[in-house]
Amino acid sequence: MIKCSFIEIELFKKKITKSMKPHSALLESRDISKSFGSFIANDKINFNILEGEIHGLLGENGAGKSTFVKMVYGLLEPTMGALFWNGNPIKIRGPQEARNFGIGMVFQHFSLFPTLTVIENIELALSDTQALPELRKTIIEKSQEFGISVDPDTYIRDLSVGEQQRVEILRCLLQNPKLLIMDEPTSVLTPQESEQLFVILNKLAATGCSVLFISHKLKEVKEITQRATILRRGRVVDTVTSSEVSTEQLAKMMVGSDPQHVKPKIGTKSNDILVQISGLCRPADTPFSTPLLDINLDVKAGEIVGIAGIAGNGQSELMEALTGEWRSRDSIKVLDVLGVDIRDYSPHKRRQMGIGFLPEERNGHSAVMGMTLTENTLLTNHNNPEVQKHSIIQNDNLEKLTSNIIHDYDVRTPLQNPLASSLSGGNLQKFVVGREIIKKPSVFFVAQPTWGVDIGATKFIRNALIDLANEGCGIIVISQDLEELFELADSISVLFRGKLSERKPVKELNSQKIGLLMGGEDGASLAKEHS
Amino acid sequence: MIDALILTILMTSVPLVLAATGELVVERSGVLNLGLEGMMLMGAVSAFAFTYATGSLFIGLLAGIISGAVTAAIFGFFVLGLATNQVATGLALTIFGTGLSGLIGADFVGNAITGLPTLFPKHFGDIPFIGAFLSLDIVAYSSVIIVFLVWVFLFKTKTGLILRASGISHDSAHSLGYSVLKVRWCAVLFGGMMAGLSGAYLPLMLTPHWSEGMTSGRGWIALALVVFASWMPSRIIYGAILFGTITIMQLAGQARGWTIPPQLLSSLPYLATILVLVLISIRGSAKHAAPSNLTIPFISSK
Amino acid sequence: MFYLTLRKETPLIFKVSVPIASILLTILFGIFIFSVLGYDSGKALYHFFISPLSRIDRIADLFVKACPLMIVGTGLVLCFRANIWNIGAEGQLIMGAVFAGGLALSFPNTNSVWLLPAMAVLSFIGGGLWAFLPAILKVRLRTNEILVSLMLTYVASLFLDWLVRGPWRSPTSFGFPLTNYYPDAGLISKINFPGIGTIGQLHWGVFIAILVCLLCWFMMQKTVFGFQVKLVGDSHKAFRYSGFSESKTTMMLFIISGGLAGLAGMIEVSANIGQLQPNISFGYGFTAIIVAFLARLNPAAVILAGLLIALIEMGGDSAQIALAIPKVVTGVFKGILLFLLLAGETLTKYQINVKPRQRSVPND
Repeated sequence: MIKCSFIEIELFKKKITKSMKPHSALLESRDISKSFGSFIANDKINFNILEGEIHGLLGENGAGKSTFVKMVYGLLEPTMGALFWNGNPIKIRGPQEARNFGIGMVFQHFSLFPTLTVIENIELALSDTQALPELRKTIIEKSQEFGISVDPDTYIRDLSVGEQQRVEILRCLLQNPKLLIMDEPTSVLTPQESEQLFVILNKLAATGCSVLFISHKLKEVKEITQRATILRRGRVVDTVTSSEVSTEQLAKMMVGSDPQHVKPKIGTKSNDILVQISGLCRPADTPFSTPLLDINLDVKAGEIVGIAGIAGNGQSELMEALTGEWRSRDSIKVLDVLGVDIRDYSPHKRRQMGIGFLPEERNGHSAVMGMTLTENTLLTNHNNPEVQKHSIIQNDNLEKLTSNIIHDYDVRTPLQNPLASSLSGGNLQKFVVGREIIKKPSVFFVAQPTWGVDIGATKFIRNALIDLANEGCGIIVISQDLEELFELADSISVLFRGKLSERKPVKELNSQKIGLLMGGEDGASLAKEHS
Repeated sequence: MIDALILTILMTSVPLVLAATGELVVERSGVLNLGLEGMMLMGAVSAFAFTYATGSLFIGLLAGIISGAVTAAIFGFFVLGLATNQVATGLALTIFGTGLSGLIGADFVGNAITGLPTLFPKHFGDIPFIGAFLSLDIVAYSSVIIVFLVWVFLFKTKTGLILRASGISHDSAHSLGYSVLKVRWCAVLFGGMMAGLSGAYLPLMLTPHWSEGMTSGRGWIALALVVFASWMPSRIIYGAILFGTITIMQLAGQARGWTIPPQLLSSLPYLATILVLVLISIRGSAKHAAPSNLTIPFISSK
Repeated sequence: MFYLTLRKETPLIFKVSVPIASILLTILFGIFIFSVLGYDSGKALYHFFISPLSRIDRIADLFVKACPLMIVGTGLVLCFRANIWNIGAEGQLIMGAVFAGGLALSFPNTNSVWLLPAMAVLSFIGGGLWAFLPAILKVRLRTNEILVSLMLTYVASLFLDWLVRGPWRSPTSFGFPLTNYYPDAGLISKINFPGIGTIGQLHWGVFIAILVCLLCWFMMQKTVFGFQVKLVGDSHKAFRYSGFSESKTTMMLFIISGGLAGLAGMIEVSANIGQLQPNISFGYGFTAIIVAFLARLNPAAVILAGLLIALIEMGGDSAQIALAIPKVVTGVFKGILLFLLLAGETLTKYQINVKPRQRSVPND
């Protein structure tokens, strides 16, 4: 393990800036475009990365970042345009060729084989065959050089997410890459792990390797990169020198307009406690899940409670406990909603009580892509007596309900009753949010209500949630998006490694304070470390 | 007497070992071919027909192997080329192979051929204790060598590692630049060749004539053996001998008038398979689990 | 080479034309095979596809032949829809027949009208029990249901073999592996049309089979349970979110399909054989898999699909008698048909694109 300080990072940065040769673009793309059918994912991308540079690729979900790097790595074929490597035009027909050029890539979803060992995983990524003892030696050398510690003989599935990422990086490093592509590497890491990653990347850049760092997190991009290229809707907005722009400017370029303002909350909270949770524990059921440790929380009528935290700290586990997809009488002390003990209640029964819930994932969780919108309405309405009589579906009423949702929640559909898969992310999210809110739940649990959704729909959904709270519904919003929580929530607490921090009113908080909590630290201990 | 019994057990195990080893490689690459029975029958009928026509056992064996591969290619075309459901396609292959072999073999029913000779001189068989082990034919000895080679291939070579990787996560293998479909095609064809050889062994050695559906469920047992062996080649040999023993014991038991119903003994291999499946599910270790992408079609997005 | 991309919307024409095109192509293959084997294709096709339809009693027998295929096929449609691979219907069918047979043979002298309904219930329980084992193993331990249900088929068939050769063998069968005949009250009678009498072997079981298909169709189309079946096949997470219990649904579907297979076994014996013997099913449990796919997993279409497969089976018989074409040729037809149907499924789900040889990339 490496302990790093910010000073160290700064030193690296200076070294790099000095050693950087000004005119040697390692990789350059000219007018690279990629379309899938009529959808243009990348539109004439002009981009260059210098030798030894850490270059940020910044953009919202769906801005076209992944498409672009997949073309650089040979996984996708550009529809038009050309790539240049050290000034020479090249064609990359596949990852193997990309690796031969010296391009390595660490994927957002790792391309590791869980039931193979570390050494086998590494061997697979090497183009030339090496004798195993030799390979083992190289692995140990490389991992010492960059401060990455892994046991070559462990199975990948026994490693933590952070460790798996280190194996991915190590795997790339063994090929002595000239360009390392990192696709949203920090989305699965805690702030400390991120810092460790940055140290590794800086060391790497110091050896002359370029790093293409993909992210939608502004601060990170500012912290780690020398330059950044901002993508929006498949187009390059600008390439900037990271130290010369503010995060606000970056945000504006990324989003394209000023941050949206949502409706004000009336703030007529009553003192009725709708949800009471205490002593909620949940053991980890797979090596990949996070155990929940003694969660305590209560929600009053008209109140929105925000739960912040980096993905993988127990959010989905908590959501499942709230929805009833996981339930236990023994590990939960109190789980009362509207005065009823619901520890044993199935999602079905909870819904009947007037609890609404919406998990984070649209594709195959809150909606079924291969089913029509009517069927997706039935998904959470099959106990509704209007929709179903003696378990026989009343199609007229179901269709009426569906078209009400489509109308009231401004869902733009291409056809009369389309498949869920034919809707855009934003429209489908409006539909599923609407499907739950139209039932006027007295309590609503929602995770990532605007994940991967366009700005217009985001505003619409947030307003709908505020309307719901204003009518007296108690809401829990689990989100990684701090901006969202500041807009919506009355008070926020942070989920870190399955523990919920003390809840604080929004007025007393800022993103820095929450950021520290998201890394599992209270202000005091972090200040000490940095002194 | 005991020697004869051991010899029969060994010979009964040979086709199981061959077919199961082929299937093991196929499954390691992430494809489940339930059509073993069909491929074996095609191998059996071709081997018999060519041996009968040419009088050459070698040509017979070769014909068995080739027709196994051709049958497997049909399976590959649908499952790999068109990403059809592997379970249903495998069943289609069994139905198809059973029918076609019966059709081709209709004219050969009742004819006989001379089977494979033993590799060593006949009197080696009289040596006490090891006699039975020295009275086998070349295919039987090769089957052990093949198992060993498959083990070396899967666990000691890079190509074998790539094959296993394709079975664990085809997306990851694809993103590393390996052609998952190519790997699976090779595996499926190898599986077909082994099934063809296994089928050829039946009319050339076990019973020197052809009869419709003569595999009588050996293909399904071979499938079970792969699970029994928890996808490790060496264990296929133990498994096959165990299954062979049970089969022969039942015949021997019948001859000696045992009171245990022969049907109970016959069902032991199937019950044993279920038991093993259950034990594997309970234990669930990383090393011995089924390839995680087994039966999931790979569709490349390019 | 070619590659596949997911379709957003499946054109309706595909859904209808896939089974039809598959059948036509199978017939083309048939002509090819017949001419290779040196048979007169025209005559062969006539005996295969026309001759079984040429007389009203033969058409009636077609329904009789299709009866077990329809019942088993419907059950399998439910399972396959839910992505559950019960391929042991053959064993479940046998166990249904054994359970029902046990009851019939225990009351050799009864003439109670309740015997048949009781046999039907018992056969459902027998088949259901035989499906329960793979179901519970799948739900509790995630054991592969394909192999377990398949292995149990062999066990069931050996069990029946033991029964008819051992404890249940009729003392008057001269050593043949046969049980006593069922009492008349345990037999399913032929349908007696007023004024016409019986037609071929047409019995009341056929009526039940069609009823079962229609009921299942209604269930899939109109009830919450039908929605549940489709949902569990599509997405496990959405299924749980929706509030249904996954393990209960899986168990239920296994038991329903096993029970239906059992019922088919009972009907087959009570209507056509009248006693237990080592072979009571001619692979109906496996053939029904083709029926399910031919029907594109729609229970109502199972009626038609069952009839068509029965036509191939009967055509095989009549071609064997008339032209001495080996009966096994039906297996070839069935195999090819299933291949083509599965390929058709791919065409409805995916678009097939031909990969261009080389794409020109303009270097400006």
